[in-house]
Amino acid sequence: MATLQLRNITKRFDDTEVIKGINLEVNDREFVVFVGPSGCGKSTLMRMIAGLESATDGDILIDGQRINDVGPADRGLAMVFQSYALYPHMTVEGNMGFSMRLAGVPKEERRAKVLEAAKILQLEPLLDRKPKALSGGQRQRVAIGRAIVRNPSIFLFDEPLSNLDAALRVQMRIELARLHDELDATMIYVTHDQIEAMTMADKIVVLHDGVVEQVGSPMALYHHPCNRFVAGFIGSPKMNFLPVTLTGVTPDGVAIRLPGGGQRSVPVDGAHLDPNATLELGVRPEHLVLDEQGPLSGEIKVLERLGGQTSLYVQMDDELITIMADGDVAYRVNDTVHFGFAPERAHLFDAGGQALPSLEQHPLAGLTRHDNRGPSSPSEEPA
Amino acid sequence: MTILRSATSATSAPRSVTGLRSAQSKRAIITVLGWSVALVIFFPIFWMILTGFKTETAAIADPTLIFSPTLESYQDVQARSGYIRFALNSVAVAFGSTFFALLLAIPSAYAMAFLPTKRTKGTLLWMLSTKMLPSVGVLVPIYLIFRDVGLLDTRTGLIIIYTLMNLPIVVWMLYTFFKDMPKDILEAGRMDGASTFQEVFFLLLPLTLPGIASTGLLSIILSWNEAFWSLNLTSSKAAPLTAYIASFSSPEGLFWAKLSAASTMAIAPILILGWMTQKQMVRGLTFGAVK
Repeated sequence: MATLQLRNITKRFDDTEVIKGINLEVNDREFVVFVGPSGCGKSTLMRMIAGLESATDGDILIDGQRINDVGPADRGLAMVFQSYALYPHMTVEGNMGFSMRLAGVPKEERRAKVLEAAKILQLEPLLDRKPKALSGGQRQRVAIGRAIVRNPSIFLFDEPLSNLDAALRVQMRIELARLHDELDATMIYVTHDQIEAMTMADKIVVLHDGVVEQVGSPMALYHHPCNRFVAGFIGSPKMNFLPVTLTGVTPDGVAIRLPGGGQRSVPVDGAHLDPNATLELGVRPEHLVLDEQGPLSGEIKVLERLGGQTSLYVQMDDELITIMADGDVAYRVNDTVHFGFAPERAHLFDAGGQALPSLEQHPLAGLTRHDNRGPSSPSEEPA
Repeated sequence: MTILRSATSATSAPRSVTGLRSAQSKRAIITVLGWSVALVIFFPIFWMILTGFKTETAAIADPTLIFSPTLESYQDVQARSGYIRFALNSVAVAFGSTFFALLLAIPSAYAMAFLPTKRTKGTLLWMLSTKMLPSVGVLVPIYLIFRDVGLLDTRTGLIIIYTLMNLPIVVWMLYTFFKDMPKDILEAGRMDGASTFQEVFFLLLPLTLPGIASTGLLSIILSWNEAFWSLNLTSSKAAPLTAYIASFSSPEGLFWAKLSAASTMAIAPILILGWMTQKQMVRGLTFGAVK
C-alpha cells in the first residue's frame, strides 16, 4: 500500500500560477478528499499526482520515492475520470482488461482478473456490452472496475459522481465508501461537493485559489474551521456571518456586542486581539435556536418547509440569516422571530478572516470515517 | 392538474400548427433548391454520358435527347488505347498517394491536436496557404528536379506530388476530427499504460475511423481528378486516366463522342466509389459541424 507526499508543489500555466506551493501528507489507506470551488486547482493538483500534468516546481513522492519524472502508467496509480472516459469501441470486459492487454497479460489471466473486479462491482452480466448500452451508474462502475484491475497503490477519483443524478449519487457514495473498506487502498478524491467530502473522507483538504486553506477530519473542519472561507464552504446550508463589536477579552473568551445590542461571550482565544478589532460572528444555521428571549431578531422573508426541518431566511439589517428550525414551527412569512445561539457553537473571525482558536476542542473533532465503524468493523473479519 | 394541462395545450396548439406549417414550407424550399443545384451540377456529367453513346455526327448536331444509342465510340476508344493500363495507373497513384498522405498526416495532426504549441495555428494556416500557390508557378523547377532524379513519367513521381499536394487538406481534416475526440479517453489510455503509438493505434484511430475514412476518400478523389501535374509530368508509362482523356483532344480534331466515352470510363470508377461511400463522406465532412 502507499503513502503520498507533496512538497511545495507549484504549477504555472504561462504566467498564471494555479497551484501555489502545496505541502501535503497522505497516509496509507487513507481516504483523502480535495474539495474547493471550481477553479481552485484541485483537479490540476490531482492531474499532477496522476502524471498527466507536470509540476512546475516541488516534489511528488509515493512511498518516499520521487516520481516527478515517472510516466503516469508507472506510478502505480489508477484514475477514475469525471466523464468516465470509457473506450467506446470496446466492451466492458475490453475496457477493464485494456491495461493488461497493453502489458501483454495472457487472455485467461486477464479474464480472471476482470471477473474478479466485476464481481466486486456487480458488473458480471454486463461484461459483453459496449459503454453506450450502459446507464450512467453502470458506466461509473466500469470506470472504477478499470481502476481496480490495475491493482493500484493509490486510487484517484476526479469528481466521479458529478454526472450522476442525485439518487444515484447517494448510492454510489455509499458504494465507494464500502469499496474503500473492501480494497483497503489509499484513495484521493476530488470534488466540489462538500457533502461528498464530509461523508467519505478520512481527511479533507480544502483548497482555494491554489493554496491549502485547511486539512483535517470532516468533524474538525466543521467544528473548528480555521478561517472564514472554510467556515463558509464546509457545512450546508452555509454558515451565517454577522458583524459584531468587541467589548472585552477575558480568559474565558471574547465578549462581544451583537447587532441587536445583546451581549455574549464566545469561548475563543482572544489574547492577541487589538481592542479596536472588527470582528465577525459565525453561527451555522443548525446552531441558531428560535427563542423568544433570544438576543437576535428579524423578519422572515422566505420559509422553506422540508418536512423534518424548516429553513427560515430572516432579514437582519443587511444580512439574510438562515435558520434551520424544527419541521413543525408555525411561523409564516413576514413574522418577526427572535433567536439565539449557544456561545460554544459560535465562531469569531478577525478582520483578515482568520478564526480565533476555540478554547476547547470539540469531542468529535478528531474522528475519521474509520472511527465510525467501531471496534467490530466488517473489513477486519476474514473475507 | 388536468385543467392546467388542457389549458397549456390549448394555448400552445395554434402556435405549434403555424410553426409546423412554416417548417414545412421551409423544408419544401430547401428541397427544391437542393435538387436544382444538384441538377445543375450533374447536368454536364449527364450530357457527357449521353454524348458517349452518340455517333460523332450526332454529337455535333443540334442538342437532342432523342437519338439511337450506339457503342461505336466506346469500341473506337478501346481499340485506340488501353484503358486498363491508364486505369491501373490512376488506382495506384490515387491510393498510393492517399496512403502516404495519411501516414504523414496522422502523426502531425495528433501532435497539433493534442500537444499544441503557440505556433500550431500558424503552422496549420501556413500549410493551407501552400494550396493557394498556383501550381504552374512551380512547374518548371519541379519538372527539372523530376527530370534530374529520373522521376518523370513514373508512378512514384506522381505519388510524391499528390501526397504533398493533398497533405495540407488531409492534415486539416484529421486535425479537426482529432480535436473532437475527448481528451479524457486518451488520458485514460495513458494511465492504463499505453505508449503514444498504442494510444494512437488502439484508441485514436478506431474512434476517429469515420473521419479518417472520409479524409482518405476525399484524398483519393482529388488525386484521381488531378490533371495539371499528371499531364505535365507523365507521358505514357505512368499516365493516369486524366492523360487518357486528354489524348482524345488531339491535333487531328476534337472528337466529342469519343472524348465523352473516354471521360465516362475515366470517371466511372470514382463516381461509383463516391456513390457507395456518400453516407460515410457526408458524415465525415459534417462531423464537426453537427456536433
